[in-house]
Amino acid sequence: MLELKNISLSNTGFSLKDISFKVNKGEYFILLGMSGAGKSMLLEMIAGLTNPDSGEILLNGKNIETSKPYEREVGLVFQDHAIFPHLTVGANIGYALKRQALSHAQKQEEIISIADRIHIGQLLNRQPSTLSGGELQRVALARTLVQKPEVLLLDEPLAAIDTKLRSEIRSLLRQLNREGQTIVHVTHDFDEAISLANRIAIIHEGKIIQTGTPEEVFASPRSEFVAHFVGIRNFFKASFTETETGCIAEIAKGLRIVSTHKSGPGEGYIMIRGEDLTLSVENYESSARNNFMGKIIEVSGSRTGIDVIVDIGVPIHVSVSKESVHSLGLAEGKSVWVHFKASAINSITK
Amino acid sequence: MHRYSTFQLVFLFLGALLLLFILAPLLGMFFATQPTELVDTWREAEVRESIWLTLWVSMAATVVFAFAAIPFSYLMARKEFPLKRLVTGIIDLPVVIPHSAAGIAILGFVSRNSVLGKAGSAVGLDFVGHPAGIAVAMAFVSIPYLVNAARDGFHSVPLRLEKAAFVLGATPARVFFTISLPLAWRNIVSGLILMFARGMSEFGAVIIVAYHPMITPVLIYERFGAFGLKYARPVSVLFILISLSFFILLRFLAREKNKSR
Repeated sequence: MLELKNISLSNTGFSLKDISFKVNKGEYFILLGMSGAGKSMLLEMIAGLTNPDSGEILLNGKNIETSKPYEREVGLVFQDHAIFPHLTVGANIGYALKRQALSHAQKQEEIISIADRIHIGQLLNRQPSTLSGGELQRVALARTLVQKPEVLLLDEPLAAIDTKLRSEIRSLLRQLNREGQTIVHVTHDFDEAISLANRIAIIHEGKIIQTGTPEEVFASPRSEFVAHFVGIRNFFKASFTETETGCIAEIAKGLRIVSTHKSGPGEGYIMIRGEDLTLSVENYESSARNNFMGKIIEVSGSRTGIDVIVDIGVPIHVSVSKESVHSLGLAEGKSVWVHFKASAINSITK
Repeated sequence: MHRYSTFQLVFLFLGALLLLFILAPLLGMFFATQPTELVDTWREAEVRESIWLTLWVSMAATVVFAFAAIPFSYLMARKEFPLKRLVTGIIDLPVVIPHSAAGIAILGFVSRNSVLGKAGSAVGLDFVGHPAGIAVAMAFVSIPYLVNAARDGFHSVPLRLEKAAFVLGATPARVFFTISLPLAWRNIVSGLILMFARGMSEFGAVIIVAYHPMITPVLIYERFGAFGLKYARPVSVLFILISLSFFILLRFLAREKNKSR
């Protein structure tokens, strides 16, 4: 439904080259890239605040590039909320309704209904200066959603609010998406991307270098940048069962990993840094709760040392030093044990 | 409480001298004037008329010119264009040129033989010796204060608030009237008050364009020339008192308005 074709824009500080992607109706699409990659500029182009040097933007098959911002059916939520400081919360939300031929009562009804949906019904008469970051973010969302945009554009919606409130806003965004709202969200935070996206596009040096589901992008990064950016090579889809001390994550049939993270029950992902794993030739008693045997399928040099891939049911990346490769005689085809602590596992639930 | 070093005490002493320099002549003039003199002066119709004239002409000049100055300030704050620095310099020109010279220039501009003068005559308006001419002279010397304050005000409105309004479906006009103007309003009001104040205290440009009808600064000068210091003093004190109360009132009203929103 939303399609960008070969969008290019040069500006002082950055340039975007040949950006193309397609977002389907009802999809949660995340553009992931470092700060200053021009992600926000892409959103401004979709919203009509900036014009690309070349390329096309289509919404439902119609070229919207020449339409004015107020004619496009997209809503943009800014990173720092951009709430109008001189208007009450209610007036902020009602701002977009002025163009619609509604009676005063109908407008009030719309405002109250959206405020209730976003759980800020009690804030309507407040001045923005009295609100917290999380509340401002909700007002910004409500103000944009009241336009009933075809596509909701979010610019780093979780960056300006504290960690405690993030999970609340995340579940709110998920809920909106479940209700059918198409969302395009830009962020530099890969945790955020994994926990929300149906599909991710990674943008680097002005180009989209990989697009796919979170699993595809994280499990098989197609370039060194992606691998480095996601940081973690061991990224697995998991189903969680809660335990007294944490959880058990099943990442392949019969392959259960013990974690001290409280997660689940439910679906999600786990991540283990290659540096947190150790290898041994014989199994031995240790405090590590996770011990698996497997065959080495690849030994290769990496920026940080040697990357050994062991098949324990799933391919797992272990970072070791050159000395260890020699002393343990690590080579393709050799059987080894992989050990890691339950606390080394990071989990993200959907 | 902050303690001062010896070095800062020297600064404090210099500052005190400066304050004294401003206050001493004014207070001297106030104390040298008897209350009865003030009452007598207030009873003179000529004095009351001139004070009234000064106030309303300056007010009118401010309001009329604001219609062009405020939109122009918005452009100056938001747009980049060739020769913008030159335009900024032109705006400040009235501040730096001698006001008598400004008066001569304006007189040439509005006199009966000029294009503007002829156009005025055609509709029965003669700028020279008319409140309209006084207003033009006052506006000429005071417009930079409004333009600069309003430009700073618009500049301080975050651009992203305007962008947000555009995305929420507002037309450029609606963005200006509902977002930019209200948020810059405090600076604009401050600029309006400054322009009004500067206009009503103008002497040099006005006396050349219109000796009559007599605004108070001209009246003070005339009394001084004709009768000396003693006669010019009560009018000066009265004018200062009235202007001061006006500014305090305006500032107060502006503050109330800001508080209420």
